[in-house]
Amino acid sequence: MRTGAAARAGQYAALVAYLVFLAFPFLWLVSTAFKPPRELGSLHPTWIPHDPTLANFRQAFDEQPLLRAALNSLVAALGAAVVAVLIATPMAYVIARRRTLLARAATGWVVVSQAFPFVLVIIPLFLVLKNLRLIDSVPGLVMVYVVWALPFALWMLVGYVRAVPVQLEEAAAVDGAGRLRTLVSVTAPLLAPGVVATALFAFVTAWNEFFFALVLLKTPEKQTLPVVLTHFIGAEGVADLGPLAAAACLATLPSLVVFAVIQRRITSGMLAGAVKS
Amino acid sequence: MRTRPFAAPTRTRPFAAVLAALALLLTACSGGDGGRDDGTVTLRFQSLAWQQESVEANKELVAEWNATHPGVRVEYVQGSWDSVHDQLLTSFEGGEAPDIIHDASDDLADFAYGGYLADLRELLPDRLRKDIPRRSWETTTFGDGVYGVPFLQEPRVLLANAAWLAESGVRIPTPDDPWTWEEFRAVTKELSDPDAGKYGVAWPLKEPVSATLNLSLSAGGQVFHRDADGRAEIRFTAADAVVPRTVRAQVGTDRSASGSTLGMGGSDTLPGFFGGRYAMVPLGFSYRQQVVQQAPEGFDWQVLPAPAGADGLTQGVSPQTLSIAEDSPYQEEAAEFVDFLLRPENMVRLALGDWMLPTGRAALKDPALRTEKYGWSTGTALAGHLRPAPAQSVRGYPEWKDKVATPALQEYYSGAIGLGELRERLVEDGNLVLARYQR
Repeated sequence: MRTGAAARAGQYAALVAYLVFLAFPFLWLVSTAFKPPRELGSLHPTWIPHDPTLANFRQAFDEQPLLRAALNSLVAALGAAVVAVLIATPMAYVIARRRTLLARAATGWVVVSQAFPFVLVIIPLFLVLKNLRLIDSVPGLVMVYVVWALPFALWMLVGYVRAVPVQLEEAAAVDGAGRLRTLVSVTAPLLAPGVVATALFAFVTAWNEFFFALVLLKTPEKQTLPVVLTHFIGAEGVADLGPLAAAACLATLPSLVVFAVIQRRITSGMLAGAVKS
Repeated sequence: MRTRPFAAPTRTRPFAAVLAALALLLTACSGGDGGRDDGTVTLRFQSLAWQQESVEANKELVAEWNATHPGVRVEYVQGSWDSVHDQLLTSFEGGEAPDIIHDASDDLADFAYGGYLADLRELLPDRLRKDIPRRSWETTTFGDGVYGVPFLQEPRVLLANAAWLAESGVRIPTPDDPWTWEEFRAVTKELSDPDAGKYGVAWPLKEPVSATLNLSLSAGGQVFHRDADGRAEIRFTAADAVVPRTVRAQVGTDRSASGSTLGMGGSDTLPGFFGGRYAMVPLGFSYRQQVVQQAPEGFDWQVLPAPAGADGLTQGVSPQTLSIAEDSPYQEEAAEFVDFLLRPENMVRLALGDWMLPTGRAALKDPALRTEKYGWSTGTALAGHLRPAPAQSVRGYPEWKDKVATPALQEYYSGAIGLGELRERLVEDGNLVLARYQR
């Protein structure tokens, strides 16, 4: 018993240490956002600002159109997540269930596609989008994000589909359910956690993406949040730290909110799947 | 941010069809591009201004232009220093570059030689051509053409803890009577108490190449030499070694410079400067703004000229520039806007906003830039000593800097290699790099 209690205490200690490790950058960011310039230049910085201020937030909002940029980012990220999942889910199902040459080729493509650095494709991509008149448009950016997120989304979803026992679908068929009914009533609910996790991945990837947004969007009104954040950074990496931290705090909020809302769904779904299998 | 490489599009037919359909759908949703049909010319001006005062100055000037030039509307586009080269390169390749481009002279060579920038010789008015000194124009001259208007520049100065220096009794240098490099070394030694964690100077040398090369001009160092055919060759003479040897001696022998700051950026040294750990920090002139914003109440600081060598206070600079895209259909209108933006009174506003020096002779005479407050007068006194940064027009310089010079200098300053090996790597490895670009 004593050994068990000590082990549990050790586990909790390790968990707390891990949480602190994960939370440190964010907490430091929050602390910086509330510090006046003089505290930012202090040789002995403190966790809690001596003289907390909202001036950094005011300056950030005064200088840059953060809300509009956040809205653009939200549209792009949500659009990318929804479209990527809509395309990847049926593809993943086919790849997981049908062992055809095409399925194997698609799997190979997913692996190979990870090897292309974005600097290699940005100029051809720019020209393609220009011909499609999708330069300087958020839908164009959504399309790029979808293509960008698709291979990994597909990879994730194939794993989730394979985890759903095919015997369940066969049992449904034996009970008289048609293909569509089986997919809707049996496979889809079991796949939901995977779909949500994949959508989350696509959302966060698009939300944080910087370079494509920088290159593809020209009009200031269409710029996304990561691009606007760089406007607080000058030559040689000199940064307006306070407003940058304030704006970065705001930029992390949507991801945190999305995670908070759906993490229970992911967890419960995974548990439900485990019991059924 | 960029967590994964870009994924290549699939070649499978069904997926291509889905994407094509999606493209059509999204195109239908995206609406028009806001183009004007009323005959008004619209120019896009991509500015890299980022500090609050600087952004305000730029936006105000654009608004003033738009108010007085109804036929030529300028749209202010905010760019970023962080990624300007890649962003511009893609825009140029795609034919979507801004009409007026804010950048720095050391970033222009590839664009100028690549034919992306307009030659400004016939576009700019005499007033502007004559107002900016020839040595500044040299920073934007590539081959036979001029591809940018240099308008803001900053010398490297010594930001000093005035109280500390006064207490020590060392001679305070002025632009008329600066420290020599030897004197500077002696002064920093006198100011230091390394056992108590106090150093005469903190060298922030995260990017050691430009700092070393630009300051080495004062000692007569050139590093890059051109032969009669215009081919560049790297040499490392005794004059080139003056600055590196001084820094190395301060860090290693004298312990008058903190070794821990060698890997730091300029801003990172400021807390130690404010906290009384370093008496002086060699930084760009614009860092004064951060000092004003962040220094503790009552902190007494001053701006001193960088040490002088055989060539006096000469320093290399890479000015900020305004260029016009070769593909712009409105080059003359763009040149008119550049001329407006760089009228002496406007150049002063831009300089004050960025805490830098204007290149224009008329602007430099403005009383606002001659005041002793915040060291402006020290800076303006140095303006006449500023020269084009060595090598900025040498093709292959970026590769030499990243692959050869940066690691070699970092290792030398940290004491890992000696002067002989530094010379060997800079020259022999460096000339191999340059040879590939000059075939």
